Amino acid sequence: MALTGLFLCTFLVGHLLGNLQLILKTGEEGRRAFNEYAYFMGHNPFIKILSYVTYAAVLIHVIDGFALTIQNRKARPVRYAYNKPGANSSSASRSMAILGTLILVFLATHMANFWWKMKVKEEVPLHTYKLEMDNPMMGAANAELYYTHVPGIQPIPKDEKNIIEKGTDLYIKGTNVKVAEGYRDLHGLVIDFFSKSKNEGALFAVLFYLISMIVLAYHLLHGFQSAFQSLGINHPKYTPLIKIIGTGFAVIVPFLFAIIPVIIYMNH
Amino acid sequence: MSTLNSRIPEGPISEKWTNHKNHMKLVAPNNRPKIDVIVVGTGLAGASAAASLGEMGYNVKAFCFQDSPRRAHSIAAQGGINAAKNYQNDGDSIYRLFYDTIKGGDYRAREANVYRLAEVSGNIIDQCVAQGVPFAREYGGLLDNRSFGGTQVQRTFYAAGQTGQQLLLGAYSALSRQIGLGRVKMYHRHEMMDLVKIDGKARGIIARNLITGELERHSAHAVVIASGGYGNVYFLSTNAMGSNVSAAWKVHKKGAHFANPCFVQIHPTCIPVHGTNQSKLTLMSESLRNSGRIWVPKKKEDAEAIREGRLKPTQIAEEDRDYFLERRYPAFGNLVPRDVASRAAKERCDAGYGIEANDTNEGVYLDFATEIRNKGRQSAFAQGDHNPSEEKIIELGKKWIEEKYGNLFQMYQKITDDNPYETPMKIYPAVHYTMGGVWVDYNLQSSIEGCFVTGEANFSDHGANRLGASALMQGLADGYFVLPYTISDYLANDIRTGKITTDSPEFEAAEAEVKLQIERFLQNKGTKSVDHFHKRLGLIMWNKVGMARNEAGLKHAIEEIAALREEFYKEVFVPGDANEMNPELEKAMRVADFIELGQLMAVDALHRQESCGGHFREEFQDSEGETLRDDENFKYVAAWEYQDGDATKAALHKEALNYEYIKIAARNYK
Amino acid sequence: MASKFINITLKIWRQKNTTAKGGIETYSLANVSTDSSFLEMLDQLNEQLINEQKEPVAFDHDCREGICGMCSLYINGRAHGPETGTTTCQLHMRSFADGDTIYVEPWRSRAFPIVKDLVVDRSAFDRIQQAGGFVSVNTSGRTMDANAIPIPKADADKAFEAAACIGCGACVATCKNGSAMLFVGAKVSQYALLPQGKVEAKDRVLNMVRQMDEEGFGNCTNTGACEVECPKGISLENIARMNREFLTASLTTDK
Repeated sequence: MALTGLFLCTFLVGHLLGNLQLILKTGEEGRRAFNEYAYFMGHNPFIKILSYVTYAAVLIHVIDGFALTIQNRKARPVRYAYNKPGANSSSASRSMAILGTLILVFLATHMANFWWKMKVKEEVPLHTYKLEMDNPMMGAANAELYYTHVPGIQPIPKDEKNIIEKGTDLYIKGTNVKVAEGYRDLHGLVIDFFSKSKNEGALFAVLFYLISMIVLAYHLLHGFQSAFQSLGINHPKYTPLIKIIGTGFAVIVPFLFAIIPVIIYMNH
Repeated sequence: MSTLNSRIPEGPISEKWTNHKNHMKLVAPNNRPKIDVIVVGTGLAGASAAASLGEMGYNVKAFCFQDSPRRAHSIAAQGGINAAKNYQNDGDSIYRLFYDTIKGGDYRAREANVYRLAEVSGNIIDQCVAQGVPFAREYGGLLDNRSFGGTQVQRTFYAAGQTGQQLLLGAYSALSRQIGLGRVKMYHRHEMMDLVKIDGKARGIIARNLITGELERHSAHAVVIASGGYGNVYFLSTNAMGSNVSAAWKVHKKGAHFANPCFVQIHPTCIPVHGTNQSKLTLMSESLRNSGRIWVPKKKEDAEAIREGRLKPTQIAEEDRDYFLERRYPAFGNLVPRDVASRAAKERCDAGYGIEANDTNEGVYLDFATEIRNKGRQSAFAQGDHNPSEEKIIELGKKWIEEKYGNLFQMYQKITDDNPYETPMKIYPAVHYTMGGVWVDYNLQSSIEGCFVTGEANFSDHGANRLGASALMQGLADGYFVLPYTISDYLANDIRTGKITTDSPEFEAAEAEVKLQIERFLQNKGTKSVDHFHKRLGLIMWNKVGMARNEAGLKHAIEEIAALREEFYKEVFVPGDANEMNPELEKAMRVADFIELGQLMAVDALHRQESCGGHFREEFQDSEGETLRDDENFKYVAAWEYQDGDATKAALHKEALNYEYIKIAARNYK
Repeated sequence: MASKFINITLKIWRQKNTTAKGGIETYSLANVSTDSSFLEMLDQLNEQLINEQKEPVAFDHDCREGICGMCSLYINGRAHGPETGTTTCQLHMRSFADGDTIYVEPWRSRAFPIVKDLVVDRSAFDRIQQAGGFVSVNTSGRTMDANAIPIPKADADKAFEAAACIGCGACVATCKNGSAMLFVGAKVSQYALLPQGKVEAKDRVLNMVRQMDEEGFGNCTNTGACEVECPKGISLENIARMNREFLTASLTTDK
């Protein structure tokens, strides 16, 4: 639990840094930054390996957690008639299994909302942008252009006659010639999902994410420092520091995650 | 009256044990698994014996009535364990430890045994350290020592105020190792109900499984009794609730002599009795007398005002306090031996100066204010503050005290709800240890062949008064370093005996008798609880066979106990069944034995017309109230033989005590 | 402090034997001195029951000064009752008020089956100790001199603090998982900190942990409840040390 838990903590940091692109930069710049990040995460071989490790870590963390919980429940077949656990331990530490299960529910929802659409169904459209200018050379004004991967390539208009999409690859119609690679517009998907103007259920979604982050905070509040104890790291000098860092981590990381949907909701 | 054969080896005292070991018979390793040994009790003496014998290769069966061998009452010893290591380079030696122990015991212990004890004491510390016992250490990493009552050297090894615990857990770990290896079979929650003798030899026991109530027969080639002392005959004592005399008493009834039963140690510093529902007394370690000053008010009216709650001890002016130990014994002051300190406290309380608001006003103060001030000033100076304020001194002084005695102060506060840093502790003597016990020879064998008795259960090493930190030493010495040799000498004759059957008529009869006694209790139509009788027995014992005894009182006690015994069998009510866990039945069986033992104690105290150590006969004291020994007529061990089914009719056997290596003198701590 | 007398209601778990079905019984007890210890209060209840010719409540106890570890009891939802750093035998009735209702239950753990009423079987602890809680040195006394190996005072003190465990089982009783890690961690630590114990440290921790798991104790989730309820204040540091020892031993032995 400790090893997978700590690994997932590092995953959280990486994920958070990427997500912050959603709010740190605005407009087209933000959109590009985020979609580039999403592309990088999906294509870099190292990240790919890392992502499988992460799936495995989640799986092991969950299975191990369930197995331990079952064992632990068996260790006390008859409960106390009167028990006062609040006198000796924090509620977070006693509720790791239930908190973890809630996080698992969140994770499933979260992945259905984004990962599923992006990776499995591939129904997220490519990133296009409108070029608002009057350029006779290019023909029509206000053309919608693909945002493409290779820098310096000439603008490729979103044109049903010339270009087809195979995933993120752009081909000239009727040929095998790949002219460029575009980006999936995950940014748009996310913004739309939390936008009060585009999604009727956005308020519900934001609240769900908010509560889930509070749950995550509680899980981390105990989990972070507990992992060190399980790995045998307990030292009169360093443990207080680990506890401070753990508390900080448990508060700051979920807080930053949580403000993203809130800000999107308010701004869009 | 016959004399007893103590089997003390020939030769100079310093060579007796070595010579004896060199000439004892051995059992070859391949023969040891053919031999069974039973060990009853798993305290320091029992656990160390069982572990050692198991390790040698004998088949060992160990028994304890508690739920685990680690609970034995050795665990409660606080102060420390003596050993003549002379690590402090203050002139200690085997001879000095031997001498101090004999003198402390008021010249009523056997020289050869005590010398052997001192001789092996150093090995005990080596052994315990090797086993991982975490003794207190100095900053240089070497073992620390402290001082105890009745000695002028620092030879006491300790582990905070929990030395007994650490030593017992060490012995328990050695025992656990043998259990794990299958060389010792452990029977926990089993109580020995009787000894089985075949052809005059101890050949097994009847034990009761305290969970199922089942009676079990266990045979062996030798039986070791290591069941501790009998202080609970007084009901209130510092012993554990379950500590009992039954194993020793059953052995006595089967023919083993019981020696010096009246030698009981009353420990001066215990928390006073608070009420009628009190179940036990709690010791405050002797080490506290290093720092505390014992006093009562000089004026009776002050004592009365304190008892009534009108005055607080801190309101009594210095000149109105009577530091009676310092007054009477200027040389040793508050660190006189236990019996002396106890009697002095009793004398003050009897005279009407007691400060505790209980039925008997029995309590005196143990005051740390002076030490707090002294140590506080020292600490301030050590920190470079040569002009410390009053508050600073007190604060630093309390800190010093806390470091040294924190756990004891906390324990005191939990029990009494008084803060001993602010107000003096209230203390009073309480029954703590019994020097008397089953008579054994130099080989620790009782007068029953094959029945060995070790630790507090035997009588051998402490005479009429035990010095602090010597009980732990004796328990481990017996179990680790004496018994394994001497029992092999005995067992060497048994290599051809073969397994002893438990189907013999002797086992049959012993079991039947136990069954009968159990049924008798359960079918009794009484109405009073066992505790009711135990408390009454305790009161008789405390008032008449306690700290001070006299002829009339003892005679009265003998009659009273006899009457109580009769009433007990008529009136006691024991609920529950025989075939289940039944704590009341367990208590009834034990109290039955305590009652008989009480009779013998009174008989012994009456016969010993002298005062020595813990035995104080009011008729035999000097003009200053000190003990008057009668070496001419009583320099012997009184070993009583049970007969005619009545403890008061026991026959007296005398083992003369010869002091060849120590000049016998009056004990003087002034 | 002046003593008072209070009247209380007791809700006590009664169970005839290991296999019987148990239940909570209610008893009223009057005139309990606040100076009495909790166990003396139970003595008083038993005296009352005996006088009514009823069967007294069975409970484990022995030294009654907080060191033997025999007493147990889950009192008003907490191991050894409401005070910290206290065994049940050191708990006094001044911690309760007149008219209080007090729940008294046995330790609850699969590894500690109930023997009768409030008495449980803690021999699982003994078996863990037998699996490795010792230094394999013979009791000859012919070892080296006690001062041959200096031990840093800090290590000796820490070993002592770990060794102060009284084996009462409060850690298991209070742990929501019924874990025995504090008990085992303390024993492992005591030896791991001393040079005498280091020789067999790896086998010891592996064997003791294996036995602990076989006994059916739960797993440690670091709630820290055991440390709070431990009457001897055994530190969680000992669990971490055992984890460390266990990880190292698992990775570096051939087994």
